[in-house]
Amino acid sequence: MHIRSALFNNTIKPIFFVLLLLPTLLLIKGISFDTLGANSPEYVFHSLGEWALRILLLTLLLSPLRRALRWPQLLQLRRMFGLFTFYYASLHSLFYLWFEQSLDWLAIYSDIWDRPFITAGVLAFLCIFPLAITSTKNMMRQMGRRWKLLHLLVYPAVIFSVIHFWWLVKADITEPLVYAGLMAVLFAERAWGKLERR
Amino acid sequence: SGDAKAKTSNYSTTEKTTSYKSITSYCNYYEFGTSKRDPAKHAHSLVTSPWTVDVDGECDNPGTYDLEDLLKPVSIEERIYRFRCVEGWSMVIPWMGFPLADLIKRMQPNSKAKYVRFETLYDPDNMPGQRTDSLSWPYVEGLRMDEAMNPLTLLSTGLYGKDLLNQNGAPLRLVVPWKYGFKSIKSIARISFTELQPLNSWQLSSSSEYGFYSNVNPDVPHQRWSQAKERRVGEFTKRKTQLFNGYEKEVAELYTGMDLKRFF
Repeated sequence: MHIRSALFNNTIKPIFFVLLLLPTLLLIKGISFDTLGANSPEYVFHSLGEWALRILLLTLLLSPLRRALRWPQLLQLRRMFGLFTFYYASLHSLFYLWFEQSLDWLAIYSDIWDRPFITAGVLAFLCIFPLAITSTKNMMRQMGRRWKLLHLLVYPAVIFSVIHFWWLVKADITEPLVYAGLMAVLFAERAWGKLERR
Repeated sequence: SGDAKAKTSNYSTTEKTTSYKSITSYCNYYEFGTSKRDPAKHAHSLVTSPWTVDVDGECDNPGTYDLEDLLKPVSIEERIYRFRCVEGWSMVIPWMGFPLADLIKRMQPNSKAKYVRFETLYDPDNMPGQRTDSLSWPYVEGLRMDEAMNPLTLLSTGLYGKDLLNQNGAPLRLVVPWKYGFKSIKSIARISFTELQPLNSWQLSSSSEYGFYSNVNPDVPHQRWSQAKERRVGEFTKRKTQLFNGYEKEVAELYTGMDLKRFF
């Protein structure tokens, strides 16, 4: 499959950009019209985290999709998906620091050490942070082989994210289970691909 | 049972009450789904009339009581209580109800009755959550006898001067304001007097995370998250959680000499 480069760049890419921005727009609309329920701050907080995880999983879906559809251009969407993951994860983290912890650094420090689900969340963010700052074409060129190596961090990032969500849930683990399942399928597909290419 | 002329109580807080809309739309009631919006959406299927309560165990007046007969001799009063969920949010709720002690006295518990055990209605046909295994059903809660007899402990039939809506535990629910919200069992169908400490549903679900006592305590964190702060529904930043949810004066003596970290 191939779409004319101009069409891909001027139409397909902007469509995905708007789609990935849609959760933000819906949250803004929800806050404006007060439709996020009684505890809207918590809704926004959890929503930002869930979108970070969902988009991270979608980012990992691009490569197998590219292979299945024989559509190399999909690779050009990967940076955008990755940066949107970083964008939602950053907002989620800022929300935590500011509104959950009121920038009380001592409390934040002990929260990170004492609560494994927070630790997992921080580790996930630490994994995607260097990926975001090395996402430019220039960096890619400069780093060469090391860039690919560094970007393997996306795998621990998704593992820590799923754990972070799983350990937070009180009883109904359906949603984290769905994400863990998807993650398992994505990992298995890659492992399978590696074996086949041997 | 929603008596608009109900007297207000000395136990009421003067804090700003949470809106009726928030109280009735943001609920934990796993019998109708695990998301906060589920109960308001699905609880209409609960049949609350006629309603009976089975009373059994170590007491002289066991039996199956019609709700009307249980409510006839009591006078309903308003109690504006703080309500703190184990998840870290809180509300201020103007409950209508009567002291649980009034009902217990009529049932004449005997000397073996050390605990009171409560069950929510078991009706999987009308409670879709009971067809899943998010918890074991029916929902069970319990109190030590002295906790149950404490004047703060309420059986509620309404809020904001109106009858309870199904999502809030109609037609009869418990309110224990110094404990995490899950102790305040909804839609009570059975009350038993027991010699042994009941195993409540959340303890059964995860005994390392949820204890029998479940007293609100900022210094005893949940196994996975801190309990030092809470978000009052309607506010943006979090506030500090108070020991026994601010009811230390009324209930601290119940726990004299107990290690609250061990008996969480």
